[in-house]
Amino acid sequence: MQYLYAFLIGGALCAIAQIWIDKTAVTPARILVSYVCLGVVLSGVGAYKPLAEFAGAGATVPLTGFGYALAKGVAKGIQEFGFLGIFTGGLQGTAGGITAAMLFSLLAALIFKAKPENL
Amino acid sequence: MTNQSYEKYSKKKAKKSPLLKNICFAFLVGGLICTLGQAILNCYLALGIDKERAASLLSITLIFLACLFTGFGLFDRLAKHAGAGTLVPITGFANAMCSPSIDNKAEGYVLGVGAKMFVIAGPVIVYGTLTSILLGIVIYVLSLFGIDIIHLIV
Repeated sequence: MQYLYAFLIGGALCAIAQIWIDKTAVTPARILVSYVCLGVVLSGVGAYKPLAEFAGAGATVPLTGFGYALAKGVAKGIQEFGFLGIFTGGLQGTAGGITAAMLFSLLAALIFKAKPENL
Repeated sequence: MTNQSYEKYSKKKAKKSPLLKNICFAFLVGGLICTLGQAILNCYLALGIDKERAASLLSITLIFLACLFTGFGLFDRLAKHAGAGTLVPITGFANAMCSPSIDNKAEGYVLGVGAKMFVIAGPVIVYGTLTSILLGIVIYVLSLFGIDIIHLIV
């Protein structure tokens, strides 16, 4: 059942973005930014925690889940460090993903050659 | 039905079908990536890793896979059909960092790889973090009045 919920919620979040792209010709970069910010807002109003408990990876893998990680980080940061947590929490919550993306991107650039059609 | 109204009708239908196809592909591929994510997450949990760490490891694993697929040129091929299905999951974020890094290798490792890596990821991190600051201010101010919303988020 867990897999089905992950599939449905994750798929739905992608389908919404696809409708948005096709209807308004919005750039992918704006979709990514909007989804992350939306994730933070939804977390703030208490909507994302139950969604993540319900759909598991279906809620945490899409970029709204990245926003959820930012929100969780900032909430924990404030719990631990008070005011300072506003500054340190967000990136702390997402440090693993951002660092991994930097490392693997650099390694990929070292190993792989650019495809001619991408240039 | 007159010729004109038929033309209008067929145009409407013709435009609709790619939209429906795109949505279905996005739903299917996006859903499958999340299902794969759930499977990886369950593997980590089965190894006795706690929830928090397993979630971080899941992100790192999917980012690794996305960069690997990008390097082999498979990601672009899938993305062509999947659209938002590969863009919206964390794989899209990884691809947005990895792809320009590889493509701009010729410009060097500082202004090519290092800088171009953040062409799309930069705004995502900047605006995401700024939104989290706003949320942080709300949480902090409410806590001053004795209202705790942290348990709603974490």
